[in-house]
Amino acid sequence: MADLAMQNATAAMTQPLGQTLAAGPRGRKPKKRLSRANIIVYGTLFVMAMYYALPLYVMIVTSLKGMPEIRMGNIFAPPLEITFQPWVKAWQEACTGINCDGLSRGFWNSVRILIPSVILSVAIASVNGYALSMWKFKGSEVFFTILMIGAFIPYQVMLYPIVILLREAGLYGSLTGLVLVHVAFGMPINTLLFRNYFSSIPEELFKAARVDGAGFWAIFFKIILPMSLPICVVALIIQVTGIWNDFLFGVTYISSPDRYPMTVQLNNIVNSVQGVKEYNVNMAATLLTGLVPLVIYFASGKLFVRGIAAGAVKG
Amino acid sequence: MTIQNPSVSIKSLDLSFGAVKVLQNLNLDIADGEFLVLLGSSGCGKSTLLNVIAGLLEPTDGQIWIKGQNVTWAEPSERGIGMVFQSYALYPQMTVEGNLTFGLKNAKVPKDEIAKRVARAAEVLQIEPLLKRKPGALSGGQRQRVAIGRALVRDVEVFLFDEPLSNLDAKLRADLRVELKRLHNSLQNTMIYVTHDQVEAMTLADRIAIMKGGKIMQLGTPAEIYGQPQNLYVADFIGSPSMTFFDGAVNGATIDIPGHDLPLGRYAFKDRPVDGTPAIIGIRPEHVMTGDNLASAPYKTEVTVDLVEPMGSDTLVYCEFGGQTFRIRMDGQAQVAKGDRLTIGIDPAAASLFDKTTEVRL
Repeated sequence: MADLAMQNATAAMTQPLGQTLAAGPRGRKPKKRLSRANIIVYGTLFVMAMYYALPLYVMIVTSLKGMPEIRMGNIFAPPLEITFQPWVKAWQEACTGINCDGLSRGFWNSVRILIPSVILSVAIASVNGYALSMWKFKGSEVFFTILMIGAFIPYQVMLYPIVILLREAGLYGSLTGLVLVHVAFGMPINTLLFRNYFSSIPEELFKAARVDGAGFWAIFFKIILPMSLPICVVALIIQVTGIWNDFLFGVTYISSPDRYPMTVQLNNIVNSVQGVKEYNVNMAATLLTGLVPLVIYFASGKLFVRGIAAGAVKG
Repeated sequence: MTIQNPSVSIKSLDLSFGAVKVLQNLNLDIADGEFLVLLGSSGCGKSTLLNVIAGLLEPTDGQIWIKGQNVTWAEPSERGIGMVFQSYALYPQMTVEGNLTFGLKNAKVPKDEIAKRVARAAEVLQIEPLLKRKPGALSGGQRQRVAIGRALVRDVEVFLFDEPLSNLDAKLRADLRVELKRLHNSLQNTMIYVTHDQVEAMTLADRIAIMKGGKIMQLGTPAEIYGQPQNLYVADFIGSPSMTFFDGAVNGATIDIPGHDLPLGRYAFKDRPVDGTPAIIGIRPEHVMTGDNLASAPYKTEVTVDLVEPMGSDTLVYCEFGGQTFRIRMDGQAQVAKGDRLTIGIDPAAASLFDKTTEVRL
């Protein structure tokens, strides 16, 4: 026994590592760059990327061309002469019906709808999710289920009843009414999001805070909320894009063209039947309308992914 | 044993979740300054009991008294308790100092008083250099120290520990265990400590309560629990490796197990059964005598070694005895190998006898 140990020790000292290895595979296995799997994967990725990028490309180049150039027909060709006139026109002068002050009016309407809707819905949904995950009360699961069922009822079913509700409340046609509708419809998904995120926070943290004498709101504001930046960003993005891109509610619950949100106004500009179809202006108007969600995605991409992943861990 | 002016008193406590009874008619008095360990395997209700004492769970029935006050309906923060959790449960976005002061700020303690208490806790736990750091920048041991500090600054009567060392690695656990014992010696607070680790229980406790299925199986000092387990469950649970149990029958001055009649000698019966009563005898591996000790053994026999587990400080030997695989703990220096013949001695006075049907100590 002792001899064996001695032998091992001397062997380890006298043989430089690896010098006596036999020939053959050794170390990291080499990988082929142009393997069949790689070609398929990158090929598919390229095709998919083109599929999504091409329409955007066409829109951008078209919006930068003048009408004579568009009439020549090469929709994929880059503009011979770059002009920003269509953008200016879309923003300031495009006509919908009798108004000819461009998309700017719709933009500001949308902003006025977006800001209160997003703040209210995220604030309420976060408190909802917090109460449903940490302060479970009798019937809290039933309450949550009812809220979730709300998410699965098609909007069409509720359009008219809500018209009546808003009319009775004296809010039909106003921006306030639309804000209320957005807040209500954002509630199920955002509550689910916050509830799942909060259930992944260790329960002991919540218990420790209670032993430390913190109540419902103190725990929410001082412990839970500071830990919730990623999920707040996710909720923010979902709400901003959802509300900004909304067309159905805007067209249903707003009664006057003066108060139409941007999407509805865009539709009216693009679909107006009088005069020449100005493709460049239409493209510019569409891009302008899509700018807000785009900026939000680019600005918060990393946090968005983190929040989605964190919310998905525990359901 | 009745305790005068208990620090914590649990009276006829019941707790059920729906049809599941987690705690059943539980009564427990904990003396002032006592270190009580609740020990049991997972699901025995020990953590639940601690949560009820803390006020984090509501009992179905019964009362909790702390320092002579009925606190059954009181908020956790009003009970005069501090709690330390297994996962540390430090507030991740606050600094160590923020963690320590959070409870005091909620209780509106004056600023200079807060500073004084934080300074004292930081000194006791040697965490002064860490005060400005966030929990994420601390090691496991440091985090648990901060968690203990959070209970310490609250200046409470009773400390509750919920498996505080279970997330630490073995060496750190042993170090912090000693520190906890020192802390208790210097503070002299009442401490209730939940664990599933019997080494922690034996080393830290003034008294151990062994729980199973929401009931206390035995409450006693570590020596009592180890030396005179009151029932088969406790006997099996305490000791590592555990006792070997043999079915047999009490017969006059011997207990007869398959192949051997062991003389009972000086065994202290609680309640001597009639001859022929079926009984179980449990023998601890460390109570089997070998080598030099053999002279004093009332019963000697020879066995064949099946398996040897050398553990450094001692050596565990498995052999066939009385129809069972018998575990024997020998000195780490002992030279034994598989197949050796070994003379062993057994003294039933150090063993434990249980009634076969009721599983209660005889």
